[in-house]
Amino acid sequence: MHATALTGGFAEAPKDAARAFRAVMNVMARPGQIETLTGAEPPAPMSSAAGTLALTLLDGNTPVYLAGALDCKDVRDWITFHTGAPFTGPEHAAFAFGTWDDLLPLTAYPVGNPEYPDRGTTLVVEMSALETAGATLSGPGIKDKAALNLPELAAFQANAMQFPLGLDFFFTSGDRIAALPRSTKVEAA
Amino acid sequence: MSDYNFAYLDEQTKRMIRRAILKGLAVPGYQVPFASREMPMPYGWGTGGVQVSASVLTPEDTMKVIDQGADDTTNAVSIRKFFEKTAGVATSEETSKADVIQTRHRIPEEDLREDQILVYQVPIPEPLRFLEPRETETRKMHALEEYGLMHVKLYEDISKNGAISTSYAYPVKVEGRYVMDPSPIPKFDNPKLEMAAVQLFGAGREQRIYALPPYTKVVSLDFEDYPFEASKADHACDLCGSETSYLDEVIVDDAGGRMFVCSDTDFCRSRRAAGHVGAQGVPYEEDVA
Repeated sequence: MHATALTGGFAEAPKDAARAFRAVMNVMARPGQIETLTGAEPPAPMSSAAGTLALTLLDGNTPVYLAGALDCKDVRDWITFHTGAPFTGPEHAAFAFGTWDDLLPLTAYPVGNPEYPDRGTTLVVEMSALETAGATLSGPGIKDKAALNLPELAAFQANAMQFPLGLDFFFTSGDRIAALPRSTKVEAA
Repeated sequence: MSDYNFAYLDEQTKRMIRRAILKGLAVPGYQVPFASREMPMPYGWGTGGVQVSASVLTPEDTMKVIDQGADDTTNAVSIRKFFEKTAGVATSEETSKADVIQTRHRIPEEDLREDQILVYQVPIPEPLRFLEPRETETRKMHALEEYGLMHVKLYEDISKNGAISTSYAYPVKVEGRYVMDPSPIPKFDNPKLEMAAVQLFGAGREQRIYALPPYTKVVSLDFEDYPFEASKADHACDLCGSETSYLDEVIVDDAGGRMFVCSDTDFCRSRRAAGHVGAQGVPYEEDVA
């Protein structure tokens, strides 16, 4: 295990995680809203927002799928040391991390079942930038309309069609985070 | 410095509850199962709300706790002290100063803001439970969106009483999908469920968490010819004179004397402080107690 795995955790886990969760909850409750999420410093190529989210939500009960470039020894060791989350493929993942292209196809992930729709995977999509422009969002948590630069439209429209089943998404870029739950309707701007 | 972990619960428990809250927000109105912990208070005293509050509080927050609108009842005082001690957070009785408000059976009269969080204590989260006792069946009914039974119940109200007599825990439909129990708030509060703040519901004994993101569409179930009506006692508050707030009826002597007062004590206090005086009220003086 490389020394980087041991560093970059929360300085004061109970309080740092509480503050981080507030940001995470706010973006999930208000799709399209962008918040700053800091506290953890994961090894490259993982963004600090994705790393902070990982430390806030992952533990031994949450199988994790790392896609593409994120599936490297540094990131694996870091997640293992700080959270103890087991690694798995997309078909059993509670959380999945990666870039949009690396995470595809979405059909590989569980979407829950009609009696337990909460069992769908949460995907954390690493983006090069986040901005409140692009696709138009509407639904719970949004007063009139919101906007977010989504990597594509059709996949999210298909995901929303399955409601109450479906996948829930976080988008991270550097220390910024936004979310798109399955309940949000997505249209071209 | 407190000898407790921040907000009492251990980190693994908080992570589990936080994951449930996120799924609850993603599927508004759906009851997410969670592994409720034993808390240092009995089930029925708000353990679900306390666990949700403990998982969303940050050290910088100001917390308010109300029990049927009042800040000064046993349950509210105990929970407020619990978080003062275990989380070291500031507390307030003023609705506008609070970041997190834990409530038992009321929504504050004052409109909540986008940056506030309302946490409900829920006794029975399953709206269909008194119609169908089996969890396996109610779960199936939610999955199949089979809510006919609830309409039958409301119809029976009308056929027996001439009106929908359900006056609290009045069932609502969330975003046209899940029928949800808004906890035993008076139906007067139902229209306020569409609000700017995040609403989280915690049922400790029943081990369920559910949520309403801001501005989620929440419709009280009714019939075209018997539309939903948010009712309250037809009276003004005897202390502050408010004609729009939800009222408690208080018996004041053995001769049938009674008065109506705002159930939301902070709302009533702030109105009296602003100079409003009700029929039996006296001009407001700052409490020395």
